[in-house]
Amino acid sequence: MATLKVLVVDDEPGIRMGIQRILRNFCVSYPFMEEDFDFTTIEAETGELAIKIIDSEQIDIILLDNKLPGIEGIEVLDYIKQKNYNALVMMITSYASLELAVKATQRGAYNFVPKPFTPDELRAAMENITKKLFLQRMTEKMYTEGKQIRFQFLSVLSHELKSPINAIEGYLNIMKEKQVGNNIDDYQVMIVRSLERIKGMRNLIFDMLDLTRIESGKKKRTLSKVDLCEIANMAIDSIEPMAIQKNININRHFPEHVVFDADANEIEIIFNNLLSNAIKYNIENGHVDISIVQHSKSIVIVVEDTGIGMTADEIKSLFEDFMRIKNEKTKYITGSGLGLSITKKIVNLYNGDIQTRSIPGRGTKFTIKLPVKSSII
Amino acid sequence: MSVEKKVILIVDDDADFLAQMKFHIEKIGYHVDIAESQKEGEKYIEKHKPDLAIFDLMMENEDSGFILSYKIKKKYPDVPVIIATAVTSETGMVFGLNNKEERSWIKADLYLEKNLRPDQLQREISKLLKE
Repeated sequence: MATLKVLVVDDEPGIRMGIQRILRNFCVSYPFMEEDFDFTTIEAETGELAIKIIDSEQIDIILLDNKLPGIEGIEVLDYIKQKNYNALVMMITSYASLELAVKATQRGAYNFVPKPFTPDELRAAMENITKKLFLQRMTEKMYTEGKQIRFQFLSVLSHELKSPINAIEGYLNIMKEKQVGNNIDDYQVMIVRSLERIKGMRNLIFDMLDLTRIESGKKKRTLSKVDLCEIANMAIDSIEPMAIQKNININRHFPEHVVFDADANEIEIIFNNLLSNAIKYNIENGHVDISIVQHSKSIVIVVEDTGIGMTADEIKSLFEDFMRIKNEKTKYITGSGLGLSITKKIVNLYNGDIQTRSIPGRGTKFTIKLPVKSSII
Repeated sequence: MSVEKKVILIVDDDADFLAQMKFHIEKIGYHVDIAESQKEGEKYIEKHKPDLAIFDLMMENEDSGFILSYKIKKKYPDVPVIIATAVTSETGMVFGLNNKEERSWIKADLYLEKNLRPDQLQREISKLLKE
C-alpha cells in the first residue's frame, strides 16, 4: 500500500472536512498497478498557504478551489506550472464556468469537479487522477532507467575505445621522435602492438553493430530454414587460419544437415563468437570439438576447448557487456568483451538456453539448447 | 659515480600503456617496477616501498586505483601517488584533486590524463619527488 499526499485548498472548512472524511477510508487499486493507493490529506484555507506547503513538501494531488480569499486558485496553478512540480491538480469550484474550465486546463489542471459534489463523484474523480498519476510516474521512471543504461553503456564504450587510441598514439609518438634510434627494426614490437590494438577496435565496432541490431530490434530478421551444419562449416573455414597458427585441431561431430528455423546471420554470429573464443583462449597444440545434435524437442550445440578455462567467479559475470576476464594468461588476448553477451542475447531470441562448464587449466564447454518449436518473437 | 636510482611503481592492466610508461620513465632516469593488476599491485606494496607510485584507475574494479592509493598511503603515508586514467568528464565521471574534500577521499596527490606528454610527466614526477 502506498499513500498519496492530497492537498485540499478551500476556504470553506466544511468542504475540507468533507473531503478528508470521504478519502479517509478510500483506496484505489487497478490490476496493472503493483500496489494499492490510499490518501492522506493536508488542508490549506488560502492560496498563499497552499504555495508554502507545495514548496516545503512533496504533494501528489492538489484539490484546488478557485475562489479563495487572497490569490485565486488559477494563480496557484500558474505557480505549480512555473515551478514544474509534478503534482496533479483537480479544480473544485462552485463558480464553475466554461471559461474557467478552459483557463484551468490550459494552465495544466488535470480535471474539473464542480461543487457541490457527492462522495461518489469525488471518489470517481480521485480514482481517475490516481491512475493518471501512476502511469505518468511509471513512464518517467522507465524513461530515466532506459537513459541510464544507455549512458552506462556509452561510458564503458568510450573507455574501451580510448585505451587503444592512447596506446597507438603513444607508440606513434615514440616513433615520430625516433626515441629508439633510426633503425625501423627496433620499432617492430611497437608496430605489431599498434596493429593488434587497431584490430581490437575494429572488432569492437563490429560487435557493437551486432549488439545494437539485436537490442534495437530494428533490423528485419529473416527467418527461414537454415542448415546449422552448413553455417558451422563456414565458420570453421573462416577461423581455420587462426587455428593453424596455434596448431589447434577443430573436430566436427555433426551430420551433413541439421535444419532449424532461424535467421542465418544470427546463427553465424553464435558460431563465430564461440569458435573464436575457443581458439583465442586455447593452448598451443590444443583442440576444439563442435557437435550439433538434433533431438525431438531441441537442437543442442556444444563447443568445447582445451584452453585456459575459467574459475566459478569468472563465469558469473561472463555474459555481461564488455566483460573480459583479466589475468596473466589473457593479457595479450584482444577482444571487445561483447561476444558472449551478444551470443546470449541471440540465444534468448530463440527461447534457448546457454550453459557454461569450465575447469581452470583444462578447458571450457559451452552448451546451447535451442527449442525446435520455438515461438519466435 | 651513480647514485641509486629512485623506484617508481606503475600499476596498469593495459600492457601497452605499461610498456610505454616504463620506456619513458626509465629514459628520464628512474628505476621502474611494474604490476599488471590491482591484486599484483597490492602484493608489491606489501613487500616493497617505492619512491612514487602511478596507478591506473579502472582495472579489476572500477575504482582499483583509489583502492591502491588508499592502501599505499596507509602503509607509507609519505609515498606520492599519481592516478592516471583515460576516464574523463565526457564519460560522466568528474573528479579532481582540487579541494580539500576531494583530497580527503581520493587518497592521491595528483590525477593525470593518460595521454600525457613525456616531458609533462617528467615535470610532475620530479615535483612530487621534490627534486
